Amino acid sequence: MLTEALVVSAVLFVVGTFGVLVRRNAIIMFLCIELQLNAANLSFVALSRYLGMDGQIFVFFVMTVAAAEAAVGLAIIISIFRHYETVSVDNFNLLKW
Amino acid sequence: MAEILFYVFSAVAVGSAIAMVTRSNPVASLLFMVATLASLAGLYVLFEAHFLAAVQIIVYAGAIMVLFLFVIMLLNLGHDYQRDLKGGVWAILSFIVAGAMAGILARQFGGSGASPIYERFQGAERMDALLAEKGAVGAIAHPLFTDYVVAFELVGILLLVAVVGAVALAKRKV
Repeated sequence: MLTEALVVSAVLFVVGTFGVLVRRNAIIMFLCIELQLNAANLSFVALSRYLGMDGQIFVFFVMTVAAAEAAVGLAIIISIFRHYETVSVDNFNLLKW
Repeated sequence: MAEILFYVFSAVAVGSAIAMVTRSNPVASLLFMVATLASLAGLYVLFEAHFLAAVQIIVYAGAIMVLFLFVIMLLNLGHDYQRDLKGGVWAILSFIVAGAMAGILARQFGGSGASPIYERFQGAERMDALLAEKGAVGAIAHPLFTDYVVAFELVGILLLVAVVGAVALAKRKV
C-alpha cells in the first residue's frame, strides 16, 4: 500500500503544479498550492507508518504553516482586489516588461 | 477491506483534484478541494494517523476552506463563469513541466523497491506497538512536547505574526 500512496501523492502534486501554472484566478492558484502541501503531507503520513512518528509531527507543522500562509495570502489578495477590482493574475503587471 | 477503501479514497482524491483544477466557477473548485481533503483524511486513517485525520477535517476542511469560501464570497467571485484557464503556448508549457515532474516522480517512486529508502523499513509492527501503548494522541503528543518543543513554540509565534499581519493587511486605509 505504501508505493501506491506515494504514487497518489505524486499525482496530486503534479495536478497542483499544473493548476498553479494554468489558472488565472489568484485564489484558485492558492488552492492549488494547498493541494501541493497536502500531497507532500500524504507521503509523510504514508512513510511514517513504517519509519516512526516524526513524519506525522512534520505533517502537523506543515498544516500550521499552511494555515498561517492562507491567512496572510488571502489578506494580500483582498488588498490587491481593493486596488485592481479583480483577482486575475493577468492584471497584476506592474513588474512585467 | 483496507485495500478497497484505499483505492476508493485515492480515486476520489485524484478525481476531485483534477475537477478542482478544471472547474471555472471558484465555489465549485473550492468544494471539490474539500472533497479531496476529506478523502485524504480517510487515507490518513488507513495509515493509522488518527489524530492527523481529525485535524485535517477540523482545521483544513473546516477552518481554512471556510476562510477561502468567505473571501470568494466577500469579493463576490461566485458569478465569475468565464474560463480562466490560460491557453496557447502557456498551456503547452504547463503540460510539459507537469509531465516532466510526473516522469521524475514516477522514476523515484515506481522503481520496484529499488530506492534506498525502502531498505530502512523496520515494518509497521513497531508503530502498532507504540500506538497500542500510548494511544493515537499520546504517540504524537509525547515527541511534540519533548524533542520538538522548540519548533512547537516557534510555530505558535508564527501563528501570532500571521494573525497580526493578516489583520494589518486586510484593514482598510493601510
